[in-house]
Amino acid sequence: MNPQLFQLICFYAFGFVTVAAALAVITLRNTVHAVLALVLTFFSTACLWMLAEAEFLALALIVVYVGAVMVLFLFVVMMLDIDQEKMREGFVKFLPVGLVVAVVMLVEMLGLIGVRAMHAQLMGADPAAVAGLSNTAWLGMALYTKYLLPFEVAALILTVGVVAAVALTLRQRVASRYASASEQVKVKPGDRVRIVKMAATLPVEESPVPQQESKS
Amino acid sequence: MISLSHYIVLGAVLFCIAVAGLFINRKNVIVLLMSIELMLLAVNTNFVAFSRFLGDVSGQVFVFFILTVAAAEAAIGLAILVLLFRNRSTINVADIDSMKG
Repeated sequence: MNPQLFQLICFYAFGFVTVAAALAVITLRNTVHAVLALVLTFFSTACLWMLAEAEFLALALIVVYVGAVMVLFLFVVMMLDIDQEKMREGFVKFLPVGLVVAVVMLVEMLGLIGVRAMHAQLMGADPAAVAGLSNTAWLGMALYTKYLLPFEVAALILTVGVVAAVALTLRQRVASRYASASEQVKVKPGDRVRIVKMAATLPVEESPVPQQESKS
Repeated sequence: MISLSHYIVLGAVLFCIAVAGLFINRKNVIVLLMSIELMLLAVNTNFVAFSRFLGDVSGQVFVFFILTVAAAEAAIGLAILVLLFRNRSTINVADIDSMKG
């Protein structure tokens, strides 16, 4: 089969799965199922990026999103006790508004970007391969030279994110009793034992009260 | 043969699905957060496609930064959500009205 035709068939297959899974995310009743549908969306989008020869980003999407962010979502969804039925109130009420807004927006976007004009832009040679590099090396070359400062700032943002997440959810329980390790390490012998100097022998004191004779 | 318009149309469709999701799931904060993730995914798809078709590396570098910021955003958003549930025992958007906005 013509490889370009095969690529097109792959694109349509992955694109169909992506759109179907995205629709499932917003319509499924159970939130856990919605999160799993979102995982499928991310995975098939990563396949689409792979088709565009953005291999590093496709794998980063799987590792970062499917591996970390979605697991975090699942944790939170399963930890919270959510009333599923109550959450669905208003679904039917807002469905027409949502559909109208989405469809109008889609038509406007497609009209604005001029689909036919872009149809002429076919996928040419991979720019990374033209430069004689792999996609990862091509991306890394730009990231560690031209974009070094933004890269450092991104690291800072991640650190702030970690600190903020921990600081927000950390709970100091007043009632609980626990051993404070730092207090234990900080303690000195003098705080625990007091040594009192005293003579080894003491003189027997004369008792001031005279001995009472027993009356018989 | 795949053209640029294929990717752009896919990105637009994903974005519109996410907007519809924001409208029809107005109660559940978790689904709202997931809709925002879908929007970011649509934008990232556009960046990757333009980077590929124009032969410019900047688009893919930008996707890298968006992924970073989105990960931090999801972590902090879910932390706030846990805190909210602990204090109010609900994540229903309609019940969270103490600021009377």
